[in-house]
Amino acid sequence: MSQVLALMAEVMGRYGLITAFVVVGLTVWVSYQLSARLTRGQLHGSAIAIMLGLLAAYLGGLATGGARGVADLEIFAGIGLMGGAMLRDFSIIATAFGVNTGELARAGVSGVVSLFVGVIVSFVIGAVVAYAFGYTDPVSMTTIGAGAATYIVGPVTGAAIGATSDVVALSIAAGLVKSMLVMAGTPFVAPLIGLNNPRAAMIYGGLMGTTSGVAGGLAATDERLVPYGAMTATFYTGLGCLLGPSVIFVSIRAIMG
Amino acid sequence: MVIYGVALLAGCMLAGVFIGELLGDWIGVDANVGGVGIAMLLLVLATARLRATGRLRPVSERGVTFWSAIYIPVVVAMAASQNVVAAVRGGTAAVLAGLLAVVLSCALVPVLSRIGGESPPPLPGTEGKGGVR
Repeated sequence: MSQVLALMAEVMGRYGLITAFVVVGLTVWVSYQLSARLTRGQLHGSAIAIMLGLLAAYLGGLATGGARGVADLEIFAGIGLMGGAMLRDFSIIATAFGVNTGELARAGVSGVVSLFVGVIVSFVIGAVVAYAFGYTDPVSMTTIGAGAATYIVGPVTGAAIGATSDVVALSIAAGLVKSMLVMAGTPFVAPLIGLNNPRAAMIYGGLMGTTSGVAGGLAATDERLVPYGAMTATFYTGLGCLLGPSVIFVSIRAIMG
Repeated sequence: MVIYGVALLAGCMLAGVFIGELLGDWIGVDANVGGVGIAMLLLVLATARLRATGRLRPVSERGVTFWSAIYIPVVVAMAASQNVVAAVRGGTAAVLAGLLAVVLSCALVPVLSRIGGESPPPLPGTEGKGGVR
């Protein structure tokens, strides 16, 4: 029996991506059943599926001590490929097929404004929280602020201005918290903030900026909003990496004397 | 043929990501600046053009729409391969920084939505939408 199991694990490992299709397919099916039976469709199946994914990632991380959730388990390695940046971005781009170009152009200005507001607000909040927790030097405040932008802006900014490794780790953790909150929380706040049209989605993407968070959160809310939110979110990390070590760092240093 | 659609999508992605890398290089940032967004714009422009001249057959479109439809499962796989443990163990400072950034940004959505006049109407039939096709 154990030999049969070992053989099965070997096949699943060898056909990683195919295994991922089966596992994710089953997860989505279970989620839609739960959505229909337990919540009468109030909570979308995709929202439940994403939360199950995060839960599985947590358990996987605990079991392996790795950084890639269930993908660090050999038999689920294919899930890392399926959900990795390459295929994720490929399918995000595909959602642009069929967007309303008029809507895109009309929301352009508010999208750009939201990007700048989003980056600055996140930096300020992160820096204030850092200060409150005793990180009062400008380098640490800026780096933790950068982490509150996204978990990529954090380490990039920290490296550029010479932050210590524990501060960089803290900034990455802040970015991960943000990304996961957006992923799981968007369907719940969407009705409160009018997130039901293309323009609001573009603004949401620009304000939040975490591509993975926005991609997951909007998918769980209304699939048709995804391309609009993803379009602006994808510029956020670049803008954060541009402003963080320059304008924002200089400003924080000036304020802190 | 279906591969034409897939190739078009892939070509837009490569071009967009390449432009994003170039942009990052030019402004001196160690990150891809908007590569995915640029790829999306390229795809929108390319398909509009090909449709107008009648060169985008429905069969070719399937090569794009398949990947668009597989998007949510891909996002579920993405969720399952996140470093959730690091987020949970980040400590109070990390949780608070992330949480407050999300809360305040959310609160700003209705404010910024007023730029450029009345908000557009919600997408039709929003109830019970979203999800896997």
